Amino acid sequence: MHLAQLNAARLRAPLDSPEIAEFVDLLEPINKVSDEAPGFVWRLKESEDPRETVHHDYGDDLVINFSVWESRQALWNFVYRSAHLPVLQRRREWFLHIAEPYSVMWWIPEGYIPSLAEGMERLELLRREGPTPEAFTFKDFYEAEAAGSAGGSSEAASLPAAAEVRK
Amino acid sequence: MSSDDLGAVATLHDPVRRAVYEYVISRGREVGRNEAAEAVGVQRTLAAFHLDKLVEVGLLEAGFKRLGEKTGPGSGRPAKVYRRAAGEWQVSVPARDYRTLALVLAEVVDLLGGDERAEEAARKAGGRLAGRGDDLGETLRRRGYEPYEEDGSLRLRNCPFHVLSEEHPLLVCSMNLALCQGLLEGIGTDPARARLDPRPGECCVSFSINNEN
Repeated sequence: MHLAQLNAARLRAPLDSPEIAEFVDLLEPINKVSDEAPGFVWRLKESEDPRETVHHDYGDDLVINFSVWESRQALWNFVYRSAHLPVLQRRREWFLHIAEPYSVMWWIPEGYIPSLAEGMERLELLRREGPTPEAFTFKDFYEAEAAGSAGGSSEAASLPAAAEVRK
Repeated sequence: MSSDDLGAVATLHDPVRRAVYEYVISRGREVGRNEAAEAVGVQRTLAAFHLDKLVEVGLLEAGFKRLGEKTGPGSGRPAKVYRRAAGEWQVSVPARDYRTLALVLAEVVDLLGGDERAEEAARKAGGRLAGRGDDLGETLRRRGYEPYEEDGSLRLRNCPFHVLSEEHPLLVCSMNLALCQGLLEGIGTDPARARLDPRPGECCVSFSINNEN
């Protein structure tokens, strides 16, 4: 099983404004760190231009990052133990602080590429029902066994008893 | 504190064993028996005895690795190598538990979105941890960071806030950076020498050595 993660953050100002310019300049080096990180599998790209963000229909102020990783540790090491951390630390300079979750992860079969619509549904699910084996976070993490083997669609996967919270 | 923790820590009472342990953890990589014996100045068999005892109580982990340049047939069998185990052991007499409370407080800071205030407080606290003119490396060593030099930087092998940094990485790493900057201010040097420079398995902060002022 591979781990999919979607981040959706609301910009403080338009992407082409001077307030956001530094963030845009950081896209290329950070995407490079991501794509070369051990355990990186896939990332949704609009084009081969590393400075271009994903185009979507969920609002111009929403910056979406959507990627697939071999394991929790691989994703963790990229997010918190690479050059990505100092950028993440500055998130408030560019993004609004929102009270509801802006990041979701879930298990997928190896080789499967999830759609952006599916990712947004997982984020909605997390916001609606809190962490479950189908939509969870680093803090309330579910191991792959708890999510079933069919991309989280099996009946057993939706039973709370199948959940095994990682502590 | 569990009795296992006390038992594990008590095995370090032997001065040779402690020297062997400290040598292995100071390397940040796998160490063979010969190397440990030479570093500590004891016979290979004695070093091996202590290394295996440290594995038995869980302070080190053992594996097998070819240490020579050669590979394939004729390269000899792999050597037993040792590295620090991932766990942590705490001994406090009488029992104290600052960790549980720290985790709860970190949760509260997150919920209140109070990370900027937490960083300010950490910076002040850092300033009180060092005196003017103190040696940076020695101060960090005393605080458990296990500093070492690499490419003009002072890197930190150990995160003293490990459990907290796994649960609340953004908050704790930002607070640790602020604490290190405060520490530099306390010493009387440029706080910008400390920066976030994370790497898997190490502390998130490093210090530049070159721009001494």
